[in-house]
Amino acid sequence: MKIQISNGRVIDPAHGVDAVQNLYIAAGRVVALGQAPDGFEPQRVLDASGLVVCPGLVDLAARLREPGFEYRATLESEMDAAMAGGVTSLAIPPDTDPALDEPGLVEMLCHRAKQLNRAHVYPIGSLTIGLKGERLSEMAQLAEAGCFAFSQANVPIVDNAVLLRAMQYAATFGFRVWLQPLAPFLSRGGCAHDGEVAARLGLTGIPVEAETVALFTHLRLARSTGARLHVTRLSSAEGLALIEQARAEGMDVTCDVSINHLHLCDQDIGYFDPNCHLVPPLRAASDRDALRAALADGRINALCSDHTPVDDDGKLAPFGESEAGATGLELLLPLALKWGEDAGLDLATTLSRVTSDAARLIGITKAGHLAPGARADICVFDPAARRRITRDQLRSQGKNTPFLGHELPGRVRYTLVEGQIMYEG
Amino acid sequence: MRNPQLDSNGGLRHLLTLDGLPREILTAILDTAAPLTEVAEREVKKLPVLRGKSVFNLFFENSTRTRTTFEIAAKRLSADVVNLNVSTSSTAKGESLLDTVDNLCAMQADMFVVRHAASGAPFLIAQHLIANGRNDIHVVNAGDGRHAHPTQGLLDMYTIRHFKGDFTRLVVAIVGDVLHSRVARSQIAALKTLGVPEIRVIGPKTLLPSGLEAWGVRVFHDMDAGLKDVDVIMMLRLQNERMNGALLPTPQEFYKVWGLTAEKLARARPDAIVMHPGPMNRGVEIDSAVADGAQAVILNQVTFGIAVRMAVMSMLAA
Amino acid sequence: MQLPDADTLLETLIAQMRPHVTSKTALVGIRTGGVWLAERLHAALGLDGPIGSVDVSFYRDDLGARGLPPNPQRTDIPFDVEDAHIVIVDDVLYTGRTVRAALNELFDYGRPACVELAVLVDRGGRELPIAARYCAHTLPQPLPASQTLELSRDETGALSLRLIDA
Repeated sequence: MKIQISNGRVIDPAHGVDAVQNLYIAAGRVVALGQAPDGFEPQRVLDASGLVVCPGLVDLAARLREPGFEYRATLESEMDAAMAGGVTSLAIPPDTDPALDEPGLVEMLCHRAKQLNRAHVYPIGSLTIGLKGERLSEMAQLAEAGCFAFSQANVPIVDNAVLLRAMQYAATFGFRVWLQPLAPFLSRGGCAHDGEVAARLGLTGIPVEAETVALFTHLRLARSTGARLHVTRLSSAEGLALIEQARAEGMDVTCDVSINHLHLCDQDIGYFDPNCHLVPPLRAASDRDALRAALADGRINALCSDHTPVDDDGKLAPFGESEAGATGLELLLPLALKWGEDAGLDLATTLSRVTSDAARLIGITKAGHLAPGARADICVFDPAARRRITRDQLRSQGKNTPFLGHELPGRVRYTLVEGQIMYEG
Repeated sequence: MRNPQLDSNGGLRHLLTLDGLPREILTAILDTAAPLTEVAEREVKKLPVLRGKSVFNLFFENSTRTRTTFEIAAKRLSADVVNLNVSTSSTAKGESLLDTVDNLCAMQADMFVVRHAASGAPFLIAQHLIANGRNDIHVVNAGDGRHAHPTQGLLDMYTIRHFKGDFTRLVVAIVGDVLHSRVARSQIAALKTLGVPEIRVIGPKTLLPSGLEAWGVRVFHDMDAGLKDVDVIMMLRLQNERMNGALLPTPQEFYKVWGLTAEKLARARPDAIVMHPGPMNRGVEIDSAVADGAQAVILNQVTFGIAVRMAVMSMLAA
Repeated sequence: MQLPDADTLLETLIAQMRPHVTSKTALVGIRTGGVWLAERLHAALGLDGPIGSVDVSFYRDDLGARGLPPNPQRTDIPFDVEDAHIVIVDDVLYTGRTVRAALNELFDYGRPACVELAVLVDRGGRELPIAARYCAHTLPQPLPASQTLELSRDETGALSLRLIDA
């Protein structure tokens, strides 16, 4: 289908494009910017006056809860959420039930996602069988089935010897290893950052050492094994410092931060709000500020939603007993925009953290940008609109977000995947 | 966001924590408790304040001691008291906390006295009641996890006021396992609100939470330095379970370094009072000689505890 | 309206009570105005034995509507109520509910032989079958509910009646 998107402010961070111009789509691809190709007759024209036209968002972590956790969310509901949020590519962590440790499972997931024909999914395979941290999974076959990286999600490997072997094995093939720095025993039993808020509220604290000690281990092992390490969901200034130090020593390591840690800190727990029960925990205001600055200048490579829908019952429990996690697919764009506004960044830089920079981390080349030939995964949004986040608006089955009631900028008007309009707001 | 324990007029509708409780309300509770201390001396030890009201003791964590004092307080106010030891009932079968609460609301409860092992549980209950428009039901936190034990904090403040008068001139030391202590947190919050200029905690690093100094408390590890010129010593119970968690080597070592003996007590002011929320581990955190000595006001705390709980329940339900 | 002089009324009350009090008479004042009066009566009537004072805060029948009054005081009955001859003393008699609360509270201490009531002013507006045996002055017209009549005492200890509009 031929589509013309007219008069929008086309921002393509990967190619430094930021101009008001038309965009032309045919056969699921971007065919031209600015000037229409000869004889181009659009079947549909979208008026994007006053709107931004950018690559569809790429989310580094979105739990769709299938297989295994359908009472929390399903592929259908979460794909709807992705479309409403302008997210056209998303990476799925391996902590489904069963874990993504079998090629057949991964194939089935990809197949199911393809059938739904919404966002593109990029599964992350489990580093060890069942995420148990004992036996290596069949990484080569999982990669063939579609996994672009391997991880343990939030279930750290206890035995560092196994972690070493897993990274060596992954390095054999040049596979990416995405690890959450979370030392198992230092974080055991904890539910909140070990600081003044946890002290006053009597919550078992997770000291920042749970991140730094684990991170140091990951960095050293990555260095010695040559594994391609990506650090997920950074939460502390000290952790950031360790990464910078490793980079100064010549190591190529990337990292990301979640929308939650970008905007919130432990003070937001307030009166035991279980929507702020997250992994890793929300840390001090100074940590949040350090993360914000690092994302602005690129020391943190990309921003993700860490979408983790939880059913209401999971949150209707005392803080420490509640399930950790927050919904986020529909908030990735608004929260990115809000951060960009607060940081005084130009829109292109803001958007790059959720498009081209994220795409690069996954290894997507055909999307995350808008050069002719790119997959027509496009998000058209109104940067000036502001909306208050409420439960009814959220399409995700998970209504659990600490941003309920917040007023955020940005409203998605169209989401296109492979040149098809999947969402009209 | 408004603390759910206060209503829109800033009045008390639940007692969940002393942290953030306005000074006027804290003082009003102590003032209301004062005349109630004499009820125990009457022939008919009852006031009609809660007549016809049902108080449900919802104890998810066992405690005969605390439950009994609440029961006595409620009965002295002529309330009907129902005791629910939830550890043996439906919650053990998997019923959620809020489902249990809903069932009890359907049985015409007027007040829940709640003890729970998880910090924040009474907040969840209070918020649930508020969300369901049940503004006629009041929640009293009888201890939640490590977070708060507001009535204990209040009776401790009452005790200090009774023996020492002016809070603004005192040096108060809290000794022992502050990390796991909801009592200590409530005490610190109340002492701060009442304007105590110097609050100290004394204990090993393993038993003191980080973030205390940020909360405005002076941290000591040495008893001699920590007790110097102190007016009030509040001992905390050392729980035996702690010994196995790689937090402390043995009770003997704890006693040697931080146990309150007559010798250590002598570092404090000669008229210093010694308090303990009970039950005491004699020979671990406190010497018998001190516990039974002239400076100890531990039994007074128990008496005041009933009056303070009567005051809280009266103010809430009336 | 012109309020009568409290001291004059007190003299009237003393004169009413003198023929009827005995060595057994125990005065119990209702806080706070009744206690001041009880002290003056006690001295003037030459009674021995201690004066009781009652704070009815916890016995009020309107707690549900109005909540607990702030700063309740101690109730002090330093004598044995059992078989006692008690005169409850209050400054103003209005609906009668305060006196009923005081009666309820007294009876939680024991069973008196008899209880009488002495008030300085009856302002009318009774809602219960309560009557004062000794009353220095009855207002010709009941006061409206919006007005409060009470006894006050200054630093020198002088008593006077005050009328307050809500």
